[in-house]
Amino acid sequence: MDDPEKSERAGMKGSSERPVPYETLSGLPVKPLYTPADLRGFDYEAKLGVPGEYPFTRGVYPTMYRGRLWTMRMFAGFGRPEDTNARFKYLLAQGQTGLSTAFDMPALMGYDADHPRARGEVGKEGVSISTLADMERLFEGIPLGEVTTSMTINCTASVALAMYLAVADRQGVSWDKVGGTMQNDMLKEFIAQKEWICSPEPAVRIVVDMIEFTAKHVPKFNPVSISGYHIREAGSTAVQELAFTLADGIGYVQAAVNRGLDVDAFAPRLSFFFDIHSDFFEEIAKLRAARRIWATVMRERFGARRPESMRLRTHTQTAGVSATAQQPLNNIARVALQALAAVLGGAQSLHTNSYDETWALPTEEAVTVALRTQQIIAEETGVPLTSDPLGGSYYLETLTDRMEEAAWTYIRKIDELGGIVRAIDLGYPQREIADAAYRYQLMEDRGDRTVVGVNKYVMAEEKPINYLRIDETVELEQIDKVKRLKASRDQSKVERRLKQVAEACRNGRNLMPVLIDAVKDHASLGEISDVYREAFGLYREPIIF
Amino acid sequence: MAERKVRVLVAKPGLDGHDRGAKIVARALRDGGFEVIYTGLHQTPEQVVATAIQEDVDAVGLSVLSGAHNYLFKRVLELLKEKGAEDIVVFGGGIIPPEDIAALKAMGVKELFTPGTSTQEIVRFVRDHIRAAA
Repeated sequence: MDDPEKSERAGMKGSSERPVPYETLSGLPVKPLYTPADLRGFDYEAKLGVPGEYPFTRGVYPTMYRGRLWTMRMFAGFGRPEDTNARFKYLLAQGQTGLSTAFDMPALMGYDADHPRARGEVGKEGVSISTLADMERLFEGIPLGEVTTSMTINCTASVALAMYLAVADRQGVSWDKVGGTMQNDMLKEFIAQKEWICSPEPAVRIVVDMIEFTAKHVPKFNPVSISGYHIREAGSTAVQELAFTLADGIGYVQAAVNRGLDVDAFAPRLSFFFDIHSDFFEEIAKLRAARRIWATVMRERFGARRPESMRLRTHTQTAGVSATAQQPLNNIARVALQALAAVLGGAQSLHTNSYDETWALPTEEAVTVALRTQQIIAEETGVPLTSDPLGGSYYLETLTDRMEEAAWTYIRKIDELGGIVRAIDLGYPQREIADAAYRYQLMEDRGDRTVVGVNKYVMAEEKPINYLRIDETVELEQIDKVKRLKASRDQSKVERRLKQVAEACRNGRNLMPVLIDAVKDHASLGEISDVYREAFGLYREPIIF
Repeated sequence: MAERKVRVLVAKPGLDGHDRGAKIVARALRDGGFEVIYTGLHQTPEQVVATAIQEDVDAVGLSVLSGAHNYLFKRVLELLKEKGAEDIVVFGGGIIPPEDIAALKAMGVKELFTPGTSTQEIVRFVRDHIRAAA
């Protein structure tokens, strides 16, 4: 089967094809059959190697899931800190192996619960946190030395990290035992998720402060989770997600190197976060291509020497954007297939979405089904028994190569524009994503892409589902709590601390030490964010649609 | 005299940054032949209403995926009324549970679209229900 034409014919023989698009969800063409001819000249050692070794295509650890299963980490957060604390404890009791915190919009944007801009949003999309007292309630009875915690927070991540370390201090846990991840990926905020305070340059400076600080003082902590998830959810293709995420990663490494940090001192703690959408093979190929590109970038571009610096470790989450409000139980099937792709792609950590999230934050019942889905894959299917079980597939290897090439084209384009910060200023990734999102929506509207239960197999009558309601009194309670705390603390101490934060913003000294002092003296997340707004100014996005 | 085109303000009130839907709807309405203004993100209800009046729009489409819809839609309706601009039609979309949809419609929101709605449906809604002010 060395003749490519012959192999084409073999796939086509005697059959007419159904009229559906023969391309991946991202638009890469898919042939009827893949054969050894597609992999002619394929250099196994250079492209794949063995798991745990450069270029890490087949996985970042030598024994992969035989050594340790992926971390089952369900993103959770709503209402008061006490509400989320109870959900955390429930999930740990159900066999979840790591925590993942969702903050509410005011915390994510740097407003306390008692700020007028927080009206209507307190505790709605995540847990309400304004002060250290809230953070203490959130982790009440959860030993921070024994569980790793991921926190999805970005422009105020520095404050959240300061609070988390302050809680560790109160629990008597030394920082070298504190493990976890701050999402803290500001570049993708400007590209896709759109929660910010200041413009990209000072935002990246704060990220690098955290990279520098944790590398020295909190060695088991991942200071940034370079995220494709939100890029994809904003409507990008898989290739764009891959390319823009890695370009963001390049941006952070370059910024840290520019500050004079040794790449091998911080790069091993960089982590990633990818979306796992519905095109099964494309998603597996994406994770494999991501690992290969990152290894190359770190070794060739940044001269990393430690293998740990070249290793792309990634969290994954099933695609919220693929979930449907119609016939919501169908989402359980979608999530299971996406989760399987994440595992076949060699993810280190996984969140499975709940079937009811197109209606509201998930109920305990829906979250349990989502967690059980992971446990079924882990313990019933046999999939984790061997590393990269699909490696060598003619189709998958071809697709991995195609995605790698397409991603490099974008990365080179961004290099030509002058790097990712400049590209963001120009609105380049934002426009690419908006175009892709619109293209995809039109395909779905025309029925060129089937969405089961939405544009095909539609049911006239649907049974209502039970969903989670956030009690409206949560907002009033949280406002009251933060007001009382502000009235009872030593105000002159707080003002002194905020002045120190403002000085560090201006003189370029690492912000983390003064932030930790500030939160311990009860300076609030909103007040520290006000200092950032004052020192760095507010970011205004280019309007692109 | 040629009839003026229907003008629609697509707005993102509140702190939520999920703007895929808002941008797609803005573009679909523009392609559908309407004049579209998009506010950009993180608008207060006051800002949304001020823009709506200043731009002399016929309708405001609010996109809310943060769970804060009950507060934000209500506040926009109140402010439009305060400013004597209740002739501006308010519609919207997002992650909004059925109960809340019913309550918001009772309050005066003309229509609410949930995930899975096609852009044609939204264009058709604007065409059928919104008239350009004379």
